[in-house]
Amino acid sequence: MLYFTRWRAAAILLTAFLVCLCAVPNFFPSSVVESWPKWAQRHLVLGLDLQGGSHILLEVDTATVRKDMLETLRDDVRRVLREARIGYTGLAVRGNAVAVKIREGTNSGEALSKLRTLSTPVGGVFGTAGAQSLDITSAGNDQYLLAITEPAIQQRVRQAVDQSIQIVERRVNELGTVEPLIQREGADRILVQVPGLQDPTRLKELLGKTAKLDFRLVDTSMPAEQAVQSHSVPPDDEVLMSASAPKQPYLVQKRVMVSGADLTDAQPGFDQRTSEPIVSFRFNTSGARKFAETTQQNVGKPFAIVLDNEVISAPVIREPILGGSGQISGNFTVQSANDLAILLRAGALPAPLTIIEERTVGPGLGADSIQKGKISSYVGAVMVILFMLVTYGLFGLFANIAVAVNVAMIFGLLSLLNATLTLPGIAGIVLTVGIAVDSNVLIYERIREEVRHGRTAINAIDAGFSRALATILDSNITTFIAAAVLFYIGTGPVRGFAVTLGIGIITTVFTAFTLTRLIVASWVRWRRPQTVPI
Amino acid sequence: MKLLRIVPDETKFDFMRFRRISFPISALLSILAISLYFYHGLNFGIDFKGGLLMEVQSKAPQADLAKMRTTLNGLGLGDIQLQQFGSPREVLIRIAEQPGGDAAQQAAVAKVRGALGDQVEYRRVEVVGPRVSGELLSYGIIGLMSAILCILVYLWFRFEWQFALGAMIANVHDLVLTIGFMSVTQVDFDLTSIAALLTILGYSLNDTVVIYDRIREMLRRYKKIPMPDLLNASVNQTLSRSVITHVTVSLALLALLLFGGQPIHSFTATMMFGVVLVGTYTSVFIASPILIYLGVGTGRDSLTASDDDKP
Repeated sequence: MLYFTRWRAAAILLTAFLVCLCAVPNFFPSSVVESWPKWAQRHLVLGLDLQGGSHILLEVDTATVRKDMLETLRDDVRRVLREARIGYTGLAVRGNAVAVKIREGTNSGEALSKLRTLSTPVGGVFGTAGAQSLDITSAGNDQYLLAITEPAIQQRVRQAVDQSIQIVERRVNELGTVEPLIQREGADRILVQVPGLQDPTRLKELLGKTAKLDFRLVDTSMPAEQAVQSHSVPPDDEVLMSASAPKQPYLVQKRVMVSGADLTDAQPGFDQRTSEPIVSFRFNTSGARKFAETTQQNVGKPFAIVLDNEVISAPVIREPILGGSGQISGNFTVQSANDLAILLRAGALPAPLTIIEERTVGPGLGADSIQKGKISSYVGAVMVILFMLVTYGLFGLFANIAVAVNVAMIFGLLSLLNATLTLPGIAGIVLTVGIAVDSNVLIYERIREEVRHGRTAINAIDAGFSRALATILDSNITTFIAAAVLFYIGTGPVRGFAVTLGIGIITTVFTAFTLTRLIVASWVRWRRPQTVPI
Repeated sequence: MKLLRIVPDETKFDFMRFRRISFPISALLSILAISLYFYHGLNFGIDFKGGLLMEVQSKAPQADLAKMRTTLNGLGLGDIQLQQFGSPREVLIRIAEQPGGDAAQQAAVAKVRGALGDQVEYRRVEVVGPRVSGELLSYGIIGLMSAILCILVYLWFRFEWQFALGAMIANVHDLVLTIGFMSVTQVDFDLTSIAALLTILGYSLNDTVVIYDRIREMLRRYKKIPMPDLLNASVNQTLSRSVITHVTVSLALLALLLFGGQPIHSFTATMMFGVVLVGTYTSVFIASPILIYLGVGTGRDSLTASDDDKP
């Protein structure tokens, strides 16, 4: 147990040294570290609880995704049957399916085959092979139910979440924050972490809007108030309210002239005549063509600019707009014009996002926490070091060296993993010091025992190590299992705690098995002790 | 240099005799803890209950708690708790979960920010919606259960089943008492409390395994010594280590408790109770003597007597 070949001794020292070396970038300011080669730049990331910032968990509204799918399917059924000149009645969304009844006298076989063309294979990596997007069943009497299959819904939800992540990324980046983290959580959630953000109100406003923009014609055949009161809204129209107070209804066509998806750019600005804040925009080629066509045909009529089902403004078309660009005015402030431009540039979300969790830490508290973490670590370390010296003397010093290397190695490994250091994480490191000291205590107490049983000094040390190491392994594996479970179930700060605890256990076992033994072995070779000084 | 010996060499305490006292006491305390949990309950934090938590620092040298309370109560947000902590400028605001789903929570944050305005600095704002809080709680419980199960399986492989069972009884005992402690002190029970419970679990097992390791070694070496004597010898031999380790762990925890700050205060307080007070007691007075009842080493006396050394 006490014999090390030169190679092994060198390998142990080199490993410990290299791992400790990984912690070095943390001691330099990031401006310095950036000039280093890429592989040397790995460093600890401070968690939001230490550096301040916002953590926001969003959920994609999958119910809306399902509803949209069904409505699109209903419109598709209408289109297909109309194109094939097949008569139908009772086309409607019913529960999780679209129902349609084919008129008598038409060829129901042909109708069914037309409807079947709407079903597409769902697949890819996760889908079951050969799955179809639609499940078409006959309810008798030429009535058909078209249900969207679960794989098709899941695929669409996945796409919607992916798309949302991209759009959220664009919106967050517009805020000009440093290193925001945006990632998928589970099936339908998106985690947004923005370090340094003190007040997330604006971020939440940007994320909370779907930003679905359409340009639609206003139906002027009757006043909107009258349509509401007499419950006679034409089937191709709907009543939308104005965005700004006083709330005012508009009778707007359901058909969309041009949608926000055709925008290529949007910028905030000021109206040259009234110097009100406005948003100017530009269409892509197809959008510009559609806009030009519609405005040519509808000169003198009003059209509505609709954002998230609210009418921002409804200007009258004075002349055809052919250039493919225009401006939106509508009681904006500088801030709201700016935000609308950001939203339009980033694009519309496929479904609304809901904020289901928010945690914001101000920079003052973060700095305080670092300070408190440091003080408590130093105080804890000094007390433990003194206690070990008083209890074990020279061997206590050995233990303290081993524990110091151990802590340095924890920081090295955490840096290597680019791990996040949180306040519970600091607590984890302090506790690891406790565990690391325990491994030394186990060894030394065993040596004391062996001495009492009348062994010679070297014999006792040898036996002490070999017996204690088995126990150290057993006890640390049990703690490691607890840390692993914590890592698996935990989120945020708790996970940070699990990471430091787990890494701490690994380094503790390493130092106990190699470094402490090497130090004691070297001392034994050097002093050839007759008695053990503990 | 004269080195410190907290525990003298070669102690011969009769720990096993204490089982006639320690078992009933533990059973009584466990029942007390469980009934506390049911009748007094835990002070669930927003992680599990949902709602709002705001830590604000007044820009004036002293926070006007009464005025803040009136302002916030005027918002009609239901149950609002204000609590001063740390310096006289710092106030912790807790608002119960708002009815009306996730959007309602966000609306409440905006209201509070609007009402308090620029008079305070917002040091921490946490909002947990109703669905997340439910999930966090079930994840927490699943986590604790699966940790116990994983450790049990490991111990079963490493030792005999009696040891695994003994360790588990000891552990559940630790967790139950710690939950009782949390109920009495009404510390916030949140995600970090689950972390604390798991760490207590790990530490207490750590301790139990060290003693079990020694018991196993003694069982292999000495075939004739009666079980209670063998257990006593094992606990006495590892006593010095147990005490020294707990002194160092409590020194580290004490530093965290005194200087670690509010966010980890409930965590360290719980750890202090679980690791230092309960964990040590359990491994000596519960985990070891219970092996007698679980039938470890039965049939040893019928073995042909070998030439044992004296322990």
